[in-house]
Amino acid sequence: MTLAERQGTDIDVDDATLTRFDLIREGARRDGVEIVHYVPRFPVRGSREERRVERVIALLLVLSGLLAFGFVVAYIWWPWRYELGDVASKFYTPVLGLTLGGSVFLLGVAVITWAKKLLPEEVSVQEHRPASAADERKLTGETLLNLVDETGIRRRPLLKAAFLLPAGGIAVAAAAPLVGSLIKSPNSPEHIYFSTGWNPAKNGGRKVRLTREDGSPIRPEEVSVGGQMTVFPGIEHGATNQYADSPTLLIHLRQADADALRATIARDKTAVDTTDRNNAVVDGMWQNFVAYSKICTHAGCPASLYEQQTNRLLCPCHQSQFLITDRARPIFGPATRRLPMLPLELEDGFLVAAADYTDAVGPSFWERP
Amino acid sequence: MSSTTTTPRRRRRRRIDLAKLPASTAGGIDDRYRVATPLRWLLNKVFPDHWSFMLGEIALYSFILLLLTGTFLALFFDPSMTEVVYDGSYTPLRGVEMSRAYETSLNLSFDVRGGLIMRQIHHWSALMFMAAIVVHMFRIFFTGAFRKPRELNWIIGLTLFWTGLFEGFAGYGLPDDALSGTGLRIASAITMSVPVVGSWLTTSLFGGEFPATEILPRLYILHVFLLPLLILALVSVHIFLVFRQKHTQWPGPGRTEHNVVGVRMFPAFSAKGGGFSLIVFGLIVLMAGVFQINPIWLFGPYKASVVSAASQPDWYVMFLDGSTRLFPAWDIGPKIFGWDMGYQIPAIFWPTLVLPGLLTVVPMLYPFIEARLRRDTQMHNLLERPRDNPARTGLGAMAITFYLVLLISGGNDVFADKFDISLNAMTWAGRIGIIVLPPLAYYVAYRMCLGLQQHDREVLAHGVETGIIRRLPDGRFIEVHQPLAPADGHGHASLDYAGAAVPKKMNRLGAIAPAVKGFFFPVERPATPPLPPAISPVSPADSPQRYEGAGTQKPN
Repeated sequence: MTLAERQGTDIDVDDATLTRFDLIREGARRDGVEIVHYVPRFPVRGSREERRVERVIALLLVLSGLLAFGFVVAYIWWPWRYELGDVASKFYTPVLGLTLGGSVFLLGVAVITWAKKLLPEEVSVQEHRPASAADERKLTGETLLNLVDETGIRRRPLLKAAFLLPAGGIAVAAAAPLVGSLIKSPNSPEHIYFSTGWNPAKNGGRKVRLTREDGSPIRPEEVSVGGQMTVFPGIEHGATNQYADSPTLLIHLRQADADALRATIARDKTAVDTTDRNNAVVDGMWQNFVAYSKICTHAGCPASLYEQQTNRLLCPCHQSQFLITDRARPIFGPATRRLPMLPLELEDGFLVAAADYTDAVGPSFWERP
Repeated sequence: MSSTTTTPRRRRRRRIDLAKLPASTAGGIDDRYRVATPLRWLLNKVFPDHWSFMLGEIALYSFILLLLTGTFLALFFDPSMTEVVYDGSYTPLRGVEMSRAYETSLNLSFDVRGGLIMRQIHHWSALMFMAAIVVHMFRIFFTGAFRKPRELNWIIGLTLFWTGLFEGFAGYGLPDDALSGTGLRIASAITMSVPVVGSWLTTSLFGGEFPATEILPRLYILHVFLLPLLILALVSVHIFLVFRQKHTQWPGPGRTEHNVVGVRMFPAFSAKGGGFSLIVFGLIVLMAGVFQINPIWLFGPYKASVVSAASQPDWYVMFLDGSTRLFPAWDIGPKIFGWDMGYQIPAIFWPTLVLPGLLTVVPMLYPFIEARLRRDTQMHNLLERPRDNPARTGLGAMAITFYLVLLISGGNDVFADKFDISLNAMTWAGRIGIIVLPPLAYYVAYRMCLGLQQHDREVLAHGVETGIIRRLPDGRFIEVHQPLAPADGHGHASLDYAGAAVPKKMNRLGAIAPAVKGFFFPVERPATPPLPPAISPVSPADSPQRYEGAGTQKPN
């Protein structure tokens, strides 16, 4: 007998001859579910096989419980404070993971084993809800249409038009505080993306010294030939994230490389290359020293891997490579612009920035010329 | 159920009868809330059973762990960017200036007892959450489970993937270590690249020039409130729709477009589901204990000038990192063929914003595109085997290949380093691979599907290979096939392919009994050979003796 044929033939649930399973099946039938196959895993109760499965599950449960207590014991008594060179505390987290994770995992295995080995085998069939009847759809549809018509919004164009005003107004009013409070112009007072910590204005009008991270200024002789150093503007907080656009790479070029770079600068100054995007040729070398912005023009990571032999700077984020003997021209990877050059000078024996960067440092954006 | 309580009882003594307590409580509840019918409907709901239906559950269980551990972490974490000097237990960083956010992340790892394992559970759960979503999504795609009537759930699932990605990225940015700061730096470059409003957008989001002091508190409220709320809402609707529309099932005996064949929610399905959730929890906790993840104390605080080689985001963002690495240096403007436009669209805009946009919209429309192309307006509650729809399977293979090339390219510096390959060669391999490999994958997958289809038809017509070679009296050798149905004079059966798996080995037909289980002792008696799935044991449960005990237990 299929489900459809049985529909509407409710059995008498108070019939004393019915078993509990009969009632379960009747309940399922009324819910549109037919239990077509339902047999115990162990037809004979208490068989050796069944008891063995029981013992396995019990063992899993006991182990799980013991591990849970083990977790609590380890949590309380295992040395956990970090001490330099202490080995036991290094194992605090692994021990916690092994005990707690093991406990929960074994409990899960026990439950699954129980479900798979002890619960009866079952195949049930449930019918899908039939599609809504056509008349039902019609009745609901008409009710919905009536809803619209009752308001008379179709007949009353004046109200319709008038209603749009508060609807739009409240939407804008709701958005205004969020947008208004968050919005921040990059142009006030000057365009922040065109100014860095190297701007003399940040230093009371004096030229900004190149400093190390600890704030100490740099004498040229402190950088060996072929060497490089990350330098920061010598102003207050100059080496902090407050001036995240200012980190600069100071390179002491070898003689041949310095000559090559000088030749490039001289060439570019005379012949303005129309295909080159940043034409601001900065003649910023001081002797054999050159300084480039460390902030990659692609995504803003520090382009800090200096390949001394090939004179390349590599950005480890997206592998843009810049040739330092060619005014840091991007020669590989996704970067499109040169790293801007910081013009150098010597003042009182220390290296200073002659001026701020002329190009915007860091990633490109819409209004960057 | 309600009949148990409405019978009037004589009240001589008011004594609590413990045996009657459950029944009277249930009756009392039903009197008040009328739950008997809907509750039984819920208990009796049928779920189909297949291992691949559990992939989505892994995501759900990971999400539960994320909520639990995240709440714990929130008790100790402070997303403030105020500069402080570290003075905690981790000696190597003592005296270092850092943000309060990084300091409290360190404290969670060193000064909160059990804080580190909570952090690691949280991180591993996040990775698992995204992995389960991706694998689940592929399962849905390849089996055609997204077809009518389930298009909306497919769209919700995709939204969950992207929401999860943003949620994960927001969390990755919070500890303010060198890696998370680098991630935020790149995020700021991405928002900067938006045409026209990019620089305004970035200053507004960050509250000034990167990194300013606003971004962490803002990410924090996104990460712990808005995005989890959104995910929770989407997950609820997702599961509700699965419930309402019922789960899809594989074709098989007795299975039609209009029914669900499986086990009822209680006891079998919920017991397996509950056990499985514990296994997922347990495995994640085990991994979190044993496998270190995101050791932020080794990276140090974020400084704009510091980055290390092999800076990779979490794996689920890596494909976008890969696309960023592969995309060529193609800015649009500010000069176009010598004409100075004055404005530009940076190259990074395309692989980080346009590509994700396409990857969101195109898959969302896919169910409708496929239905249109196949002129398919039918309801589909039976799954399709991937081989039965070669074009879709080919597209899926294409998508996976595209994704894998991007994923590998996201770590191409590590590959270059470990395998001693030129980094530039890796980038070029990715650039060429992203164009060449997906169509190749489509072709290969398509041909494989056709081959598998052909083999199915062959087995249905000729039968299963028995491995028996027979020599005929005239000296010829023939291979003996076991037909799957009564065969005609040529040994050909006329069976139609029904969309279900075709048995291809003799032991699937019951010719060989399965191995006896148990290592030291046989756990069970050698079973009679199982019936092949083609004729599942659909026995009527009418005879009471088949359900032992059913005949003896009388209902109350």
